[in-house]
Amino acid sequence: MAKPRIKVPKKAAAGDVIKIKALVSHTMESGQRKDKEGNVIPRKIINKFVCSFNGSTVFSCDIDPAVSANPYLEFRAKVMESGTFTFQWTDDDSSVIEAEKSIEVA
Amino acid sequence: MNTNRRKLLVRTLGTVGLLGTSKVFATAEDVEAAIKAIAGDAEITQGALTLTAPEIAENGNSVPIAVLVDGELTPESYVESVAVFADGNPNPEVITFNFTPDSGEAFAATRLRLAKTQNVVAVAKMNDGTVLTDTKNVKVTIGGCGG
Repeated sequence: MAKPRIKVPKKAAAGDVIKIKALVSHTMESGQRKDKEGNVIPRKIINKFVCSFNGSTVFSCDIDPAVSANPYLEFRAKVMESGTFTFQWTDDDSSVIEAEKSIEVA
Repeated sequence: MNTNRRKLLVRTLGTVGLLGTSKVFATAEDVEAAIKAIAGDAEITQGALTLTAPEIAENGNSVPIAVLVDGELTPESYVESVAVFADGNPNPEVITFNFTPDSGEAFAATRLRLAKTQNVVAVAKMNDGTVLTDTKNVKVTIGGCGG
């Protein structure tokens, strides 16, 4: 599986609301399309995304097939201390793509 | 909440559509029902929630949208979730963003697929049960759901 691309600022001040952007390569097959023989191509999407900071959930989303291929997400997080963001994308086949980013908070 | 029941129902309808000769698209009524399932008896208001979407989307495969609820999030008062629906797609559900007080600001953006010109509806639920909504009409030049 492809490596996700994530943007988190390296440094921030305590109490800042920071911007996070995350993108993962995935076909997000909607289950609506048909192949040349007219058979429905089975659905295979990322159905859940969770971002946590030092172990507690900051932001999550439940995703349906109407989200584009290579799902892109942008959101905010309030940081009070240095630590690590963990990102998890869960596939329909229950495999999980994981990534981490650290931030230094002064 | 009967989210699962609703999803099951919608998926069942979707399957029936695929087996039939013509595709079944969601309708404004489906979206209304979905909003009702979130809101319950709460009054639905407008204003504090802003849904940003292009007026015209040339490529329905990737339509950028963003949602924002005004105000800072605190443990006492925060936005629990913002659900996005599309009333002209095969299934009305698009995505549900779940916020926490640690989100700082109830902002989220993503890209979605729109099958045709239709309304995109965002529904925000606050932790005190207040429900906000905003709707944008997006004109789609080339649909994005394949076929």
